[in-house]
Amino acid sequence: MPRRVGIIGVGWYGFRPSTPEVHFQGMMFESSHRAYADANVDPRKDVDVFVDCQEDLWEGVAITDEFAPEPIGGTLRPTFTVPGDGLLGVAHAYMLIRSGLADVVAVEAHGKPSEIRTLQDVYYMAFDPLHVRPLPTGNPFFLAGLDAQAYMQRTGASREHLALVSVKNRTNGLKNERAPYSARLTVDDVLSAPYAVYPLTRYDIAGFSDASVTVVLASEEAAKRFTDKVVWLDGIGFSTETGSGAVEWHTWGRMLSMRDAALMAYKLAGLAGSPSASFDLAEVEDRFSFMELLSLEELMLAKEGEAHRLLEQGHFNLGGPLPVNPSGGSLAMGVQLEATGLARLLEAVLQLRGEAGPHQVKGARKAVVATWRGVPTYTSAVAVLSAG
Amino acid sequence: MSVTKLPGTKLSSKEMYSLPGLVESAPQAKYDFSAGPTISRFLQGLKEGKILGRKCPRCGRIYVPPRDYCEYCHVALTDWVEVPDTGTVHTAVVSYISVRRERLEKPEVIGVIRLDVPGYPPNSYEFAGLFHRLCVPPEEAMSDEVIGMKVRARWKPKEQRTGSILDIECFEPVR
Amino acid sequence: MGMVTNLFVKDRVAIVGAGITTFMRRALETSRELAWEAARMALDQAGLTLKDVDCVVIGSAPDTFDGVHLKGEYLADGSGAIRKPMTRVFVGGGTGVFVPVSAWWHVASGLCKTVLAVGEEKMSPAHPHPQYVFRYIWDPIIHRPLEPNLIWIFAMEMRRYMAKCGAKKEDIALVSVKNKRNALDNPAAQVAANITVDDVLKSEVLVWPVQELDVSPVTDGAAALVITSENVARQVTDSPVWIEGVGFTLDNQHWENRELAFPRYLNYAARMAYRMAGIERPWKEIDVAEPYDPFDYKELHHIEGLMLARPCEAWKLLKEGYFNRDGELPTSPSGGLLGVGNPIAAAGVMKVAELFWQLRYEAGKRQVKRPVHRAVANAWGDLMQAGTVIVLGN
Repeated sequence: MPRRVGIIGVGWYGFRPSTPEVHFQGMMFESSHRAYADANVDPRKDVDVFVDCQEDLWEGVAITDEFAPEPIGGTLRPTFTVPGDGLLGVAHAYMLIRSGLADVVAVEAHGKPSEIRTLQDVYYMAFDPLHVRPLPTGNPFFLAGLDAQAYMQRTGASREHLALVSVKNRTNGLKNERAPYSARLTVDDVLSAPYAVYPLTRYDIAGFSDASVTVVLASEEAAKRFTDKVVWLDGIGFSTETGSGAVEWHTWGRMLSMRDAALMAYKLAGLAGSPSASFDLAEVEDRFSFMELLSLEELMLAKEGEAHRLLEQGHFNLGGPLPVNPSGGSLAMGVQLEATGLARLLEAVLQLRGEAGPHQVKGARKAVVATWRGVPTYTSAVAVLSAG
Repeated sequence: MSVTKLPGTKLSSKEMYSLPGLVESAPQAKYDFSAGPTISRFLQGLKEGKILGRKCPRCGRIYVPPRDYCEYCHVALTDWVEVPDTGTVHTAVVSYISVRRERLEKPEVIGVIRLDVPGYPPNSYEFAGLFHRLCVPPEEAMSDEVIGMKVRARWKPKEQRTGSILDIECFEPVR
Repeated sequence: MGMVTNLFVKDRVAIVGAGITTFMRRALETSRELAWEAARMALDQAGLTLKDVDCVVIGSAPDTFDGVHLKGEYLADGSGAIRKPMTRVFVGGGTGVFVPVSAWWHVASGLCKTVLAVGEEKMSPAHPHPQYVFRYIWDPIIHRPLEPNLIWIFAMEMRRYMAKCGAKKEDIALVSVKNKRNALDNPAAQVAANITVDDVLKSEVLVWPVQELDVSPVTDGAAALVITSENVARQVTDSPVWIEGVGFTLDNQHWENRELAFPRYLNYAARMAYRMAGIERPWKEIDVAEPYDPFDYKELHHIEGLMLARPCEAWKLLKEGYFNRDGELPTSPSGGLLGVGNPIAAAGVMKVAELFWQLRYEAGKRQVKRPVHRAVANAWGDLMQAGTVIVLGN
C-alpha cells in the first residue's frame, strides 16, 4: 500500500503589489517560519528535505539556489531548488515521501516581481532567441492572445464570457485579505477598456504581486507525530506539452499539459468516471481570464465547449454547485511568478480546513488545484486534495 | 562506449562570430533589490567606523556578516553587537586578473579574515569573518607566514565613508 | 538527521543507458540540439525509444550562460519532454550528479518506470566571456563592490588547503596531469593532453595559487542517462547498474565564515548516500570514483569529503599513484572536468555516465585495471555550498 501524503502546515507572507520592507529571503523566512509553527515542526530536527522553487532571472541572481537554504531552515540539510512553479516542487515532495527517502518535506516558492524593473524584457528572455525574440511582437503576452483567440473560436465563448470570469474573480477577492487586485467590476468595465493584447483587455490579465508560500508535507505516520490537522494530497500530476523553443508545436486553444497532468493526478487519487462530481471547489489557473474556462475543460470539470455556458448560469460562483477560484484567483490576488501554484494550493488547503474566513465554501471536503507556468511555457501541474 | 566519433560540431571563435545564423541578443535584465534591514544596519555601522555583528537569542552565536536569522535555530536574530575590527588571516591570494578576466595592472591581494569575535572555539569549523582586501605586498601574501597573521581593519577617513563594505580600505598587519 | 534509514523499496532503480556529446569550447548545435544528441544516444544504448520514457528530469546551471530564461522549458523538447511530466532541478554545479539523484525518486516512488535524465550546458553564447556571468553570483552588497572574479574563491580555498594540509603546488598539479592524461582515451575530451607538473607550474598565474592549467575550461556539451525500475531494467539489459545510494546537502552561502580546507557539506551528503547504500568503510568498499574536479585541488578536497582518504591525506596518496587508473582507488578515469571539459551540469552527468560504463566493463581504454563493484561520484556547486553524491553498484 503506497504511503499516503498529507499537508500538515502552510504559511505565507505578502500578497501585495510591493514589499519594500523585506528582501526576498526575508519573505522566505517569514512564510516558512509560519508554516513550521502551523505544522508544529522544528525545521532543524523534523524536516528531512527542503525544496525551493525559484528561477534565476526572476530574482536577478545568477545562482538563486545559493540563497535557498538559510531562510527556510535548510542549511546543511538536504536542500535543492526546482526552477519551476511551486506545485512542481510539491510533486518532488510527493515522490520523496512515496519513495521512503523522506518523512517530512518543506516546499517553498516565492515571487518578488516588484523588484524587476524590466519585467517585460525578462519575459522576452524566456522566448526562443533565434526564432521568436527577434520578431517585433510588442508584448510577450501575445502568445496568450493567440491561445485566447483559438479557444474562443473553438468553443464559441465570447469576450463577454471572458469578462465574466474577471468580474467573478475580482468580486470574490473582495472577501480575501490576500487579494490586492479585487474590485467591484462590471462586464462593461472590462469590455470598454482598450485591448492590452487582442482579445484581452487589462482586466482580463492578472497583475503582479509579491509573496512567499511554504507548505509542509508528511507521510501519514509522520503526520500523526505533529498534528491532527491534515489535508491529504491524494494525487499530483505535472506535464510539459512542448518546449518554449518549439511553441509552434503547441495545440492552440488547448492546454494539453493540463489535461495530461489532470489525468495523472486523478489516476493517483483513484478518481474514476466524472471528476466534476468529486470536488466541492476548484482553484485553477486564471492569470488570463480565458485560462480559467480552458482549465475547467482540461480538468474535465466542464464538457468540451461547455465551460462558458456553465459560467453564465452561475455554476462556478461562490454560492454555486462548483465554486471556482473562491479566493479570487490570480486575477484578484495577482501573479506571484513561480509561487502562483502554491497560492492556489494555499487557498484550497485553507478551504478544506474550514479556515478560509469570509470566502469559505461551506462543507468543503475535496478540492482540485491547477496551475500553468505562464507565457511562454506549456507546462502545467494539478493537485487533488481532500480534508482529513 | 564503443563510439569513437561523438555528436557535436566544434567551432573556432572566428567561425562562431561569422556564422550566417548568428543572432545577437542583449536583453535588459534590471532589478531593484531591497537591501533589507539587517544589511542596511551593517552598512550604517561601517559608515560609523564599526563592524557590527548580530546575535541569536537562542544559541548566542554572533554572526558577522550579520544575518536576519540563525541558521541553527531558525529564529530571527535580535541584538546588535560591535565586534573587534581585528582578526587573523584564514587564507590569502593574489589576483592578476580582473572580474572580466583581463590582466590587472597592479595585482590585488584578497583573503578571508577570521575576526576576533567571541563565542567560537579556536580552530572551530565556523567563525565570524569577512572577505576583504589585505594591505600586504604580493610576495608576503604568498609566504607561509601570512596564514594566521594578526590583522586590523584600515578604515577610510570619516568623510570618505559612504556606508559600504569599501569603507574599510583593507585589513593590514598588526606589527 | 531524522532520515528513514532502513529503506524498503519494492523495486530497485538502475541506470541502463548513457550518452554524451563531444565537449567543446563552442558548439554549432543549439542547446536543444545538444540535449537531443545526448538523450538519443542514451536511449539507443538502452534499446529504448521516446515512447518508452515516462518522465524527464533536466539539469542545467545558470540560465545566464545559454542566455535563455526558464531554461528548463527551453530544453524540454530536446530532452524528450513532449507531452511528458518534466521538471528541472538545480543546485548550481552540483546539478550534474543531482539529476540522476532526483531521477531515483521519480522511479522509487513508483510514479515513473523509465526516466530520461539530461544535463546540458552551452556556455559559449555568453559574450564577451562566459566568466563574466559569474559576476552575478556574489552578494550584491557586501561582495560585489570588491569586484571579485570567480577564481578568487577557488584560489582562497586552494590556499587554505595548502596551508592546513602542507600540500604544495607541485603535489596538487599531479591531479591535472593525471586527469588530462586519462582524457586522452576519452573521445569526448576537449582538453586532453600529455602535460607535466612543470607545464602546470609554468602556466599563466591567474589568481595565485591558481594557474591556467589548474583550471577546467569553459565548455558546451550535454550528457544523458536512462534510469528505470528493476522490472524494466531486467527487460532491456543483463548488466544494469544499480543506484544504491543518493545524498545531497546545501550549506549556507557564507563561505567566508567556514573552514575552507574541508567540504563538510559534501561529507554530510556522502554519509547520507553511504548509509543508504550500506557502506561503512568507503575507503575500502569503493572501487572507483569520479570526484568533481573543476580545479585540481578540488579533486583532493572531494576525495577527503567523500571519505576515500583522511582529511589532508589525499595529496600524499596521489603522489604514490594511489588514484591512477592502475592504482588502488582510481579517480576520474574519464579524465574529469580537467581533461574532458566543464559544461557545468553536463559535466556531472558525464562523470556518472563514466562510472556506468566502468561498472559494465565498457570503458575501453579508460577501463580501470582492477575489478569494479561499487563506485561513487560527486558534484559540487554554488558558493562552496552544494554537495551531491551518488553511489552505484553492479
